[in-house]
Amino acid sequence: MLAMNYRGPFRVRADYYKPDPEIEHPGDAIVRVTRSCICGSDLHLYHGLVPDTRVGTTFGHEFTGVVVETGASVEKLKVGDQVLVPFNVACGVCPLCKQELYGNCHEANPGATAVGGAFGYSHLAGGYDGGQAEYVRVPYADVGPTIIPGDIHPDDAVLLTDVVPTGYQAAEMGGIRKGDTVVVFGAGPVGIMAAKCAWLFGAGRVIVIDHLEYRLEFVRNYAQCEAYDFRSLGDPVLFLKKTTDYYGADVCIDAVGCEAAGSFLQTFTGRKGMLQGGSATALYWAINSVKKGGIVSVVSVYGPTGNFIPIGNVVNKGITLRANQASVKRLLPKMIEHLRSGYIDPKAIITHRVPLEEVADAYHLFSAKLDNCIKTVLIPPSAGA
Amino acid sequence: MTMEYPDPNYTRIKGWGVDADPKNDPTYPMKKYTGDDHRRLDYRRPPQQVAEVEVLHSNERPGLSAVFGTRQPPSGLSGQLRRFAFRYSENSFAHWLPLLLADRVNVAEGILNDFRNGIIPNIMREKGMGAEWKYNRKKLIKKAVITLAVSLALLSFLRKDRR
Repeated sequence: MLAMNYRGPFRVRADYYKPDPEIEHPGDAIVRVTRSCICGSDLHLYHGLVPDTRVGTTFGHEFTGVVVETGASVEKLKVGDQVLVPFNVACGVCPLCKQELYGNCHEANPGATAVGGAFGYSHLAGGYDGGQAEYVRVPYADVGPTIIPGDIHPDDAVLLTDVVPTGYQAAEMGGIRKGDTVVVFGAGPVGIMAAKCAWLFGAGRVIVIDHLEYRLEFVRNYAQCEAYDFRSLGDPVLFLKKTTDYYGADVCIDAVGCEAAGSFLQTFTGRKGMLQGGSATALYWAINSVKKGGIVSVVSVYGPTGNFIPIGNVVNKGITLRANQASVKRLLPKMIEHLRSGYIDPKAIITHRVPLEEVADAYHLFSAKLDNCIKTVLIPPSAGA
Repeated sequence: MTMEYPDPNYTRIKGWGVDADPKNDPTYPMKKYTGDDHRRLDYRRPPQQVAEVEVLHSNERPGLSAVFGTRQPPSGLSGQLRRFAFRYSENSFAHWLPLLLADRVNVAEGILNDFRNGIIPNIMREKGMGAEWKYNRKKLIKKAVITLAVSLALLSFLRKDRR
């Protein structure tokens, strides 16, 4: 089958010789992929920052498709069902899943206890191939995959697998109260969605910080918020203090993660020298911008080795730090409801549709932020077959 | 820079406040607590997937998870490094640093494997230079010219030095 194939940092290609996936467990299903997105967190893999990313891996944890085969114990899905597949691989029966922490399942990843299972996210997240392919193996098919309701547009459906619930959970973990000032660091797809969702919790003011003008312009219009280029602010923390009457934001959201720009020291030690688990500039700023007693919500990806952040300020300011991978299955019913109510419009963030055969160009386009790229969807040639 | 304060009339924002919850501070009950945590790993596990290839597992867990990915099992020198790494816990740099090294070694192995399989890797294409040519042509040409000039200068310096 045709599949994306990782060859090393900044190198991927579309290969036709990848063997088709097979049922390897009675709870598996095989899904023919109809749409697959490139996520901002795929770029961390693409840039070689995630340990145990093996050459030959197929990325892709945001995908929809059609069920073509099911394992012996699968009861809820049948061949021909159109499904959206949450990025978390989750068993549904371990104590974590039973408590709706589907991003932290204990039965989906042998390689690391600190990470749940995820599709196409290296052996650090279970060693599963992802959905940037014509076909994909989906374990625990009775748990995660959700049949796409007939009134949901396929482009919206694919964004419900990660970016929408992740943005929503970022706002949810912020514990936003009516009237709160919420600062979102990062105007990528998740940051855009977090800014949009902050209003649903009653935010009084939403501010987005980034340095890419086209993304700032997009988020201003899409999420009806303020958006600032940190390069024009001098010290962004000082700016945020001044603009909140020298009090600090009520809630700060880190939607950037380990490849943040804005600090030479963080970039050098985190991204270039790999002396820490990525550049923690956004988290550093979030901690320093939030008010005393405020909440910092983190949904972005960092490496497992640790980061330089001002933990002393977390203590001295009494900050609540909340973080997790999105629990997609928990949030899906509400996200579908919000979509139907018109509160969110996920497909509006899609800027590029690229045939899977051109996956190398698609990755470079997204990574280098060319052609005002915000969200790229890959379409396999067999999608409509 | 002028500071813009928003229009306090939130009716312009569809859905404003629909999920506002006065109890959502500071720790909204994200976790639906069931008490199962105290049973630790004493639960009815899903059936175990049979490992038909080598699957490395963290020494912070007693064995494999019930399911796992089977593509790209450890092999070659990078595989040796990965096996070494998994002797150490996730708490140790001796786990993560060999894995990062293994990833780099694996890149070289990937190129060798390509040749072994009769594939000549088109590295420029793999790096997405098609998109760069289409959307960032000026910068690409500039980079190419600078690289060429620096290489020529270096070459001429080395030749001079040899004489």
